[in-house]
Amino acid sequence: MTDEELAISVSGLRKSYRDNQAVAGVDLAVRRGEVFALLGPNGAGKTTTVEILEGFRQRDGGDVSVLGVDPAKAGADWRKRIGIVLQGTGEFDELKVGEVVRHFARFYPNASDPAEVIERVGLSDKANSRTHTLSGGQKRRLDVALGIVNRPELLFLDEPTTGFDPAARREFWDLIRQLSHQGTTILLTTHYLDEAEALADRVGVINRGAMVAVSTPAELGGRHQATARVGWREDGQARFEQTDHPTDAVRRLSERFGGEVPELTVTRPTLEDIYLEMLGEKEEQQ
Amino acid sequence: MSDSGLSLALAQGGIEFKQFVRTRESLVFTLLFPVMLMLIFGSIFSDVIITPPGVSPAVTLSQYFVTGMIASGIMSTGFQNLAITIPIERDRGVLKRYRSTPMPKWIYFAGKILNVAVLALLSIVLLLAVAVAFYDITLPDTGQKWFTFAWVSVLGLTACTLCGIAFSGVAKSGRSGPAVVTPIALILQFTSGVFFEYSDLPPWMQQFAALFPLKWMCQGLRSVFLPADFAAQEVGGSYELGKVALVLGAWCVGGLVLCLLGFRWTTRRDG
Ligand SMILES: Nc1ncnc2c1ncn2[C@@H]1O[C@H](COP(=O)(O)OP(=O)(O)OP(=O)(O)O)[C@@H](O)[C@H]1O
Ligand SMILES: [Mg+2]
Repeated sequence: MTDEELAISVSGLRKSYRDNQAVAGVDLAVRRGEVFALLGPNGAGKTTTVEILEGFRQRDGGDVSVLGVDPAKAGADWRKRIGIVLQGTGEFDELKVGEVVRHFARFYPNASDPAEVIERVGLSDKANSRTHTLSGGQKRRLDVALGIVNRPELLFLDEPTTGFDPAARREFWDLIRQLSHQGTTILLTTHYLDEAEALADRVGVINRGAMVAVSTPAELGGRHQATARVGWREDGQARFEQTDHPTDAVRRLSERFGGEVPELTVTRPTLEDIYLEMLGEKEEQQ
Repeated sequence: MSDSGLSLALAQGGIEFKQFVRTRESLVFTLLFPVMLMLIFGSIFSDVIITPPGVSPAVTLSQYFVTGMIASGIMSTGFQNLAITIPIERDRGVLKRYRSTPMPKWIYFAGKILNVAVLALLSIVLLLAVAVAFYDITLPDTGQKWFTFAWVSVLGLTACTLCGIAFSGVAKSGRSGPAVVTPIALILQFTSGVFFEYSDLPPWMQQFAALFPLKWMCQGLRSVFLPADFAAQEVGGSYELGKVALVLGAWCVGGLVLCLLGFRWTTRRDG
């Protein structure tokens, strides 16, 4: 893959805080236009990695290229092309939502209409409220608004939907899909596996500073090849069967029961199941 | 369309001013507190004559004090204000947020400086109005004195502003700010001839205060508001305006260097 096709290219990234090795040799390649989700438990090194890519933290070693530039040396022209939603918010307590978004739009040559951005993140009826009066989820939406106001080529989102209610999360997903359709490359971290599954073209799992798997959500950890689990109730007890041929199993059950199978379910492991299993194995190896 | 540098700086100044006037604590602390002090001490000192008996025009301690209070007001809007608010903004992630945009760094400082300039002007007008109304201070009657008033204020404010910005790099967290900055300001006020007559202080205290800008700002303002004859009671026997300019100028240069070296956009825990 050539460099022009990659929005982010990282190899051998390392970073320690004193004697704590937070990032220990991470490799990462994100294609232009891709939505890539970084998963991993608390303290795995996601924020450290992302903030090195954003140019906020200095790395100890490794090669990093973001939109063809080393973020440690990047200047204003590079910043015009990226959007950032940090894990921690920046609070402008005494300003109104509209004032903050309008002010940040001034910093960019091709900013979107501030009112339209506020509308897109669902804060229109709060445009005239002071930011310290917003709820947690509403503050997060303001962060997202500031991250996308410059129509970035590449958008970093560090746990963007923390504190969103379920409806707000769906709306946010729609927004991300729209941005992706318009060609925006997106690197997001999240603890919500359904979010990664809904949005990401590929996911990467980081654990203890190392990338332990990179794959599509459907194929992570061999999920697409995993056996199905057929469950039903018989003699007052829950029963199940692991099988590679669930359709067959259901037909046999149906014949046995002469029609309806009580409480029939056919499930495959969720992304969360696979993810937890993957981290569990990792723990055992330690 | 992205704005030009100048209009961006003005917009940044506007944002700073909005935030300032909407925060009641800073409004009270920075602008009204010096006025309250002036009213309290001005009234206590108004019967104390500090010129030798028979000398005319006589000067009261409250006249002496209000010139020092105007200098303190300038210091308060420049130094205390910035040394306290910038670390708070850094803690809240506001500075990091600015750094995530292509905004040129100087725009942030320009916004602070514009805000401080407006606040200092407000502060000086307020304090001067009280001084003229209650404490026998008259506005300068010559162009020469207005000129001195202007340059002492501008140079003093510049030095204090730069020191305030530089000091923000030293503060560990926003919470510790007031606890560190307020005593510094108080000590300077006690030793620089605000609450006490400078010439009455022990020499070591005088020498200490003479290292810092406030003493020279007070002295420069006394040359504007107290009679020319009073200069004989200054420690050097004159208002030493040349020295005032020199010391304040040196602090401007030193403050600028410290700003460039020590300013931090992110907290230590941001890695
Ligand atoms: N500024 C810092 N100083 C010292 N140690 C740090 C700092 N930032 C992070 N660490 C440590 O580095 C490791 C990785 O932290 P990081 O914030 O990158 O994790 P994360 O994957 O983003 O976790 P979370 O899901 O909780 O946000 C942790 O052990 C953390 O304690
Ligand atoms: Mg994190």
